[in-house]
Amino acid sequence: MTTVWAGIAIMVVGCFALKYAGLSVPPSVLQHPLTVRAVELIPAGLLGALIAVQVLADGSAVRVDARLLALGVAAVLLALRVPFLPMVVASALVAALVRQL
Amino acid sequence: MTTDRSIIVDSLGVGLATGAYGVSFGAISTASGLSVVQTCVVSLLVFTGASQFAFVGIVASGGNPLTGALTAVLLGSRNLFYGVSMAPRLDLDPAARLATAHFVIDESTAMGVTRETTRQARLGFYWTGISIFVLWNLTTFAGALAGDAIGDPRTYGLDAAVGAAFLGLLWPRLATWRGRLVALIGAAVALGLVPFTAAGLPIVIGGAVAVLAGLLWRPVTP
Repeated sequence: MTTVWAGIAIMVVGCFALKYAGLSVPPSVLQHPLTVRAVELIPAGLLGALIAVQVLADGSAVRVDARLLALGVAAVLLALRVPFLPMVVASALVAALVRQL
Repeated sequence: MTTDRSIIVDSLGVGLATGAYGVSFGAISTASGLSVVQTCVVSLLVFTGASQFAFVGIVASGGNPLTGALTAVLLGSRNLFYGVSMAPRLDLDPAARLATAHFVIDESTAMGVTRETTRQARLGFYWTGISIFVLWNLTTFAGALAGDAIGDPRTYGLDAAVGAAFLGLLWPRLATWRGRLVALIGAAVALGLVPFTAAGLPIVIGGAVAVLAGLLWRPVTP
């Protein structure tokens, strides 16, 4: 529990510092093309990794189960432009229903 | 000519739509093992959705919360650039910058950055940012209570909801081939590392390798 609070504290300070620095630094500091491109790519790389671990990892094992089906449903709904919240709820319900079978 | 009124109405619309999904964060967070208080503190003080989901996702999968925090801060790095593009449009003194920074997120930037005058940029930015902040925290609290009452997250598929939430956040970035490639490499590297490293690390390493690959990749132009 203490480590969770430590993690929260780091996140609070780190995330606020980034927002505040953005408003305060002269734009020229961050205009290096490599920096700009790297920051554009970070969310895609991290979210891709997060999805894979969230959906397929079980501790240190890789396991295919209802979570993968739920992700497939989420992808279909996103392609159909279903809004975020109904998409997440539907995806969760599919996983829950499949586990009841 | 865009009227002030239409900017406020549009901003409130975005605020309602985005703020509502705090309920999914709240539910997933307490189902992941955070307390209701911790969940609400995260929404109040971190207030940047993707980072919050990443943190609770990593804690839920047994990862070290410090690895979770590192991933969350890395995901928050885009807010740095949102701040850079908003600064000249908002035209703030140092004290106002301190009070404003918390509201620099995807949606407030999107609703403020395209305006032609400082007045309208501020209208779009603050109405969006503050309406999301208020609603996001109320819905987080409601969701946290619900997630706490559910108990085992698997019962209602809440563990699967995390993957869906991440995919929803990733979706707009899959519009380009480079985005797709980077996301795919991140996923593949992370998955390959799962059996060999401590929980949480595959995400940081997978993300880093993917960004590097994305920077090096040169599409062949026919």
